Amino acid sequence: MTAHAERSAAVPGGELRVWEKGAGPAICFFAGVVGLPRWLPVLDRLAEAHRVAAPSLPGAPGGHSADLLDDHVDWLLAARDAHRAAETDGGALIGASTGGALAADVAAVWPRAVGKLVLIAPFGMFDEAEPIADIFAQRPRDRSPLLTNRPEELDAYTACGSDDADQALEWDIAMQRANNAAARLLWPLGDTRLATRLGRIACPTLLLRGADDRVMPRSYAARMADAISGPATIREIAGAGHMAEFDRPDEVAEAIAAFLAGG
Amino acid sequence: MKVLWFHLMPYTELPEDFKERHPGVWVEIDPALFDPERAHVMYNDFMDELEFAADRGFDGICVNEHHSNGYGLMPSPNLIASSLARRTSDAAICVMGSSVALYDPPIRVAEEFAMIDCISGGRLIAGFPVGTPMDTCYAYSRNPGLLRPRYYEAIDLITRAWREDKPFPYNGRFNQLRYVNPWPRPIQKPRPPVWVPGSGSVETWRMCYENDFVYAYLSYWGYKAGLGVMKGFWEEMKAMGAEPNPYHAGFLQAVGVAESRAEAVDLYAEPASYFYDRCLHLDPKFARPPGYVSEATVRSRITSQVSRAADQAISARPFHSADDNVLEQGHVIVGSPDEVADQLREVAINLNVGHLMLLLHFGNMSKDLTRHNTQLFAERVLPQIADLFDDEWEDKWWPSPMPSQSRAVPEPVAV
Repeated sequence: MTAHAERSAAVPGGELRVWEKGAGPAICFFAGVVGLPRWLPVLDRLAEAHRVAAPSLPGAPGGHSADLLDDHVDWLLAARDAHRAAETDGGALIGASTGGALAADVAAVWPRAVGKLVLIAPFGMFDEAEPIADIFAQRPRDRSPLLTNRPEELDAYTACGSDDADQALEWDIAMQRANNAAARLLWPLGDTRLATRLGRIACPTLLLRGADDRVMPRSYAARMADAISGPATIREIAGAGHMAEFDRPDEVAEAIAAFLAGG
Repeated sequence: MKVLWFHLMPYTELPEDFKERHPGVWVEIDPALFDPERAHVMYNDFMDELEFAADRGFDGICVNEHHSNGYGLMPSPNLIASSLARRTSDAAICVMGSSVALYDPPIRVAEEFAMIDCISGGRLIAGFPVGTPMDTCYAYSRNPGLLRPRYYEAIDLITRAWREDKPFPYNGRFNQLRYVNPWPRPIQKPRPPVWVPGSGSVETWRMCYENDFVYAYLSYWGYKAGLGVMKGFWEEMKAMGAEPNPYHAGFLQAVGVAESRAEAVDLYAEPASYFYDRCLHLDPKFARPPGYVSEATVRSRITSQVSRAADQAISARPFHSADDNVLEQGHVIVGSPDEVADQLREVAINLNVGHLMLLLHFGNMSKDLTRHNTQLFAERVLPQIADLFDDEWEDKWWPSPMPSQSRAVPEPVAV
């Protein structure tokens, strides 16, 4: 299997990393709460028939700083800058979890930039009657089991794995920065008032969720699908938690590929 | 040396099985445990105790701010401080402090502090804490990544509001105000002394140096835990060129005095155990909201041995219960008056701290025992430590009240 390519892009917030692989119709991928510290198998699968570009969002590994993003307008513009850096305008946009909240907003505010939208358990809404789990108030040992059905693999995915102290320090700080940025975007409830903008999404949209998602209640996908003005479908992935793309990469890639291949 | 009497105002009737049956004392503490009629008694007892301490000659009395917290019943310390300002005459009123990043706009704190300074005749010490994660990020849902910049801006706004001699506009990152003009204004000029209760962040140390604020390390884990933090503080101060004036620093210490150590252990073991087991039963999930600790501090703690030791003291301990023998751990200093005086001198000298803030009430200590502890300390410990540092250093961070003969005296209510 070939490796992905890496390039750097200059955006108003600074430099950001873009990982790319494959050829074919374009897909932009916004990663979730841990960012993309390493390449993911789900992207390999998608790259079999697409050009996949994964720009780093602010604060995430490879991304520019999120320190000056004070409000949602700042975040929205930074997300669109990352999307533009992927050079996938008119193609598909996939966003997972925290990245899903931003992907939905990009599709809502720049409708011509997104041909099809895939949201994997996106944040952005909050219902007092069915609250989202507080992913930012967890004991360290409880966090991975909350996010995924493969907690040990997630711990390994997010660990440096190097004995070099300097390298380990920088890695740890980068992972903390990713978490800090996610918290900065979503604090305290994860509600970015996305509900008020969902009606602007006119493109075909696929909402994916892990059947075992312990973060986002099942009803959220239906609520989003109802509010989106374009055609929206929901697909549940068996055996997957909140990070469905991590837990079941083959099934998620297949569902996305089928959706993108459809009319 | 200045010695201040500090009240946390803990709820004193948490059940015996609190630790086993409840996840924590903070943020999600069970509302059913709060009996307002019992709190009526507690508040009044606690205020009696603070007033008693002022009457016995303590240099200052301290209150602080916590939210959704079973060991701190003062969401608004300014309410208590305003009452103390009326009922005391000479002690400094130390609000340690008001969490300025929680208030929109923060000039509310400038106004309330100015009121307390006016009512007390210029006895206010203005404390500006960042606030704990539990208070700020969870109970008040402040964005952890924005908390510290908000905090710095709020302090800038408040101190400027006290300083400027005419109304001004303020165009900050978080606060946009067309007309800033606090009315009333504090008696103390250019402003009341500012003290900053901190944990161990390098930014806080630098801010204290740059703004001439007192840095106070408020730990419940005593002298040994404080040593690493205060060493880090003084190293940073030295690096920035500050002189080692002990009055630039404060330190919190729980103390129990009796005629002998054996008697002290007998008297204070239970309230100490209540404090460490129930009051400090914290849910670790609220310890580290992402972004609360700055990257600079994370790096410093990892790369600096001193800071790392401090960090361990800060982060690990409050989330593990103390063992049964808390009095043997040095978290609480107990003993005869002479033993306590010796230990406090040692603490003050080794930490180089000129402002000692003492918890002479802790846990579920009864009102009688609190008075006994306070009285004994005032009569037989205070005289032994009061003169420390005074021949060498000036306390530039102490209130400058109006002359006592010029101050108003509250009239008794006519019968």
